[in-house]
Amino acid sequence: MKKFINHLDNVLVESLSGFAAAHADSVTLHLDPHFITRKNKAVNKVAIISGGGSGHEPLHSGYIGVGMLDAACPGHVFTSPTPDQMLLAAEAAHADKGILFIVKNYAGDVMNFEMAAEMLPFESATVLTSDDCAVINSTYTNGRRGVAGTVIVEKCVGSLAETGANLQACKALGDKVNSRTASIGVALTSCIVPAAGRPTFNIDDNELEMGVGIHGEPGRRRETMREADAIVRDCVDAILTDFKTRNFEPNKHEALLLINGFGATPLMELYLIYNTAAKLCKQQGIQISRSLVGNYTTALDMAGASVTLCLLDDEIKQHWDSPVHTAGLRWGS
Amino acid sequence: MKTEFIIAAAKAIQQTILANENTLESLDRAIGDGDHYINMKRGANTIVDIQAELASLAPNEAINKIGLKLLSTIGGASGPLLASFFMAMAKVLRENGDESLLKIAAAFAAGVQAIIQRGKADIGEKTMLDVLIPVSNQFKLLATPNGDIKLICATLINTAEQGMQSTKDLIATKGRAAGLGDRAIGHIDPGAKSCQLMIEAVCKLAMEA
Repeated sequence: MKKFINHLDNVLVESLSGFAAAHADSVTLHLDPHFITRKNKAVNKVAIISGGGSGHEPLHSGYIGVGMLDAACPGHVFTSPTPDQMLLAAEAAHADKGILFIVKNYAGDVMNFEMAAEMLPFESATVLTSDDCAVINSTYTNGRRGVAGTVIVEKCVGSLAETGANLQACKALGDKVNSRTASIGVALTSCIVPAAGRPTFNIDDNELEMGVGIHGEPGRRRETMREADAIVRDCVDAILTDFKTRNFEPNKHEALLLINGFGATPLMELYLIYNTAAKLCKQQGIQISRSLVGNYTTALDMAGASVTLCLLDDEIKQHWDSPVHTAGLRWGS
Repeated sequence: MKTEFIIAAAKAIQQTILANENTLESLDRAIGDGDHYINMKRGANTIVDIQAELASLAPNEAINKIGLKLLSTIGGASGPLLASFFMAMAKVLRENGDESLLKIAAAFAAGVQAIIQRGKADIGEKTMLDVLIPVSNQFKLLATPNGDIKLICATLINTAEQGMQSTKDLIATKGRAAGLGDRAIGHIDPGAKSCQLMIEAVCKLAMEA
């Protein structure tokens, strides 16, 4: 393993400290237990709080700021944060209109946020994101995993919350965005969890993992490496099939196309993927009217990328376009 | 049950977790995400670290403290599940007392029930419950007033081993391996393995006592 590390036990705190220092204009870091809040606490709005294992940066701390999250709870690498972090974050961010937790659908995250919600002295609701369509047989699982589509949910719900909308409305929009979003990821290499010191899985030079999760957990199947167009076609096909299974007609909607890098794939390749994916969508009659390309939900140093399609309506479009000022997403004013 | 035994059990659990680093890591790398050993180690170390604080508590209080500490230390799925186990176990010990094997077995069963509820899982889903449910059932059956502690412990070690091995041929329907479908077949569940190790460690300790 070759990584920038001083001491294994300090990786998370040193990284969080650097993040807080680099974005001192907009965030405040609280340690032991760890949580990050907006520097200037919002007033009279639903507090939007997310969190999850670290290693997915900029998710979630990078999305704290006006127009998106109020606070985030970073866990250890790929490990859900704990209820005490969530309770303190909720206490710090609570702005008199309740707490909305945005939680990626993984057993650990769900259980920890569930226990926090049970202990919380405020009104709360939870949006579970589950955009990963890689998990084929949903009867065999806890349901689909929450992956890069979570960024779209956080952006839209964050925007709505700024308007003073109530908890139920924020939850409803989050659930709607999630239901209209589908993602699938492909890994070309494994990631290395610093504390483990070696790759999470073995993969040969001529192989790819189709349907990989954002922790390097295996996906649908191991396949032979092939040209980019063929890989991207399989991703887009999986997404469109998923929408059709859920009775959506993708060609009747405008869509947001997100190409997300897992950490070790250069932007040059991500744009190449976008090029192919956008063409394939167009061939299917889908009008891509919004786009995002970059590293937004990473898996440490995994090479690979995910494709996410979100079917837009006027409300989602409005909240996607609204101003946002965070470390990871920033536009408008 | 004495708090002294609980602390000795925490140390025995720490030892067995540390001694099985390679086993737990490779199992989790095969069908999980590679963090199970790290999380279990963090949990075990934390409990041993607070042994002085635990020593001043009654057994049920010490077990509740262990639950709360694990809840704020481990994270992941193991954190809330193990915390739910200890907190539920502590509650039953507080209400019913801890002076007989029968009462300890009832508290253990309540702990397992709490894991079932929190994790919304059951036997046969390739999780820690494939060890815990059979062990709990066996424990309740054997924990009679005249039960021989050595015989009971030996049986529970055996039951835990069988439960752990049984996860090998299961498809995972809960937990991180649930996305794998048939590919999880042939691999022992890491959570089942760590539970088996912990039960073995505590039972061996009880046999020596």
